[in-house]
Amino acid sequence: MTEQGFPVEAGHVLMFRRAIGEAATLEPEGLAPPTFVSAGAQFAPTHPLRPTPGEPWFGSGRTPSGTATSGGGVPGGDPAGGSASTLHAEQHFTYHRPVRVGDVLTATSRPGEEWTKEGKRGGSLQFTSYVTEYRDAGGELVVTARSVAVTTGRPPSASDGGEA
Amino acid sequence: MRRGEVAVGDAREVTVVDDLTRTQIVMYAGASGDYNPLHSDEVFATQVAGFPGVFAHGMLTMGMTGRALTDWVGEDALLSYGVQFRGQVWPGDTLVTTLTVTAVHDDSVDLAVRTTNQDGRDVVVGTASARLET
Repeated sequence: MTEQGFPVEAGHVLMFRRAIGEAATLEPEGLAPPTFVSAGAQFAPTHPLRPTPGEPWFGSGRTPSGTATSGGGVPGGDPAGGSASTLHAEQHFTYHRPVRVGDVLTATSRPGEEWTKEGKRGGSLQFTSYVTEYRDAGGELVVTARSVAVTTGRPPSASDGGEA
Repeated sequence: MRRGEVAVGDAREVTVVDDLTRTQIVMYAGASGDYNPLHSDEVFATQVAGFPGVFAHGMLTMGMTGRALTDWVGEDALLSYGVQFRGQVWPGDTLVTTLTVTAVHDDSVDLAVRTTNQDGRDVVVGTASARLET
């Protein structure tokens, strides 16, 4: 179980609204859009999908990957190489109340169910899920999120039902 | 949405993005904190990960679809929203979201949510529920 503080800031909500295509302006007392809580990753001291200063990054620089030669070293990928990848398969949110600028949320994550399914074109698909609860400063539940990831043995086609 | 003013089968179709740009994908990476190079690093996406190019975060598509949803039901009225990601979204794609009322309860509605690309393929399929105003 991991716990992470997440202050909901007006400038951050503004950036997020623009990124999802809104002609947004700063709203110091506004609501956050429904998928905003996923941006709580910004407040984790380190994050596998953010470069850490002084450490190799799996994206390209002088070479196509700072950590991999042919697919290995990708988070969720096959460390021995190949082209395994982990993609986002499902995302579900339950809103107990809207998220507002000024909220100071605490996100608590725990692993959920895991299961395996045969892919449509051979190879097995491994599904893992996480449940994250976002509570406000008073300890009241604001949003419950459930996220499902799928790991495939190769880059999936659209029909695999996976999307990062 | 107001009680008494909505019925099963009511639907809306919204173009949520026309010609998705790589820059918008980068904006989403910056705002969300998901810097997976699959979404912004063509060299990595093609040469290391084996994809035809960079592609959008699933959560960007869910976010754009969610905007269509809250534009209709109201941002403070959403009770639940969940999707499956059915296919990649690529730069240049145009996405259309269709929202259909599937059930009307005393004080809430259920909706089917579907976003398709310019080829008619599903990219996001899911459900939502929202509180009705009195």
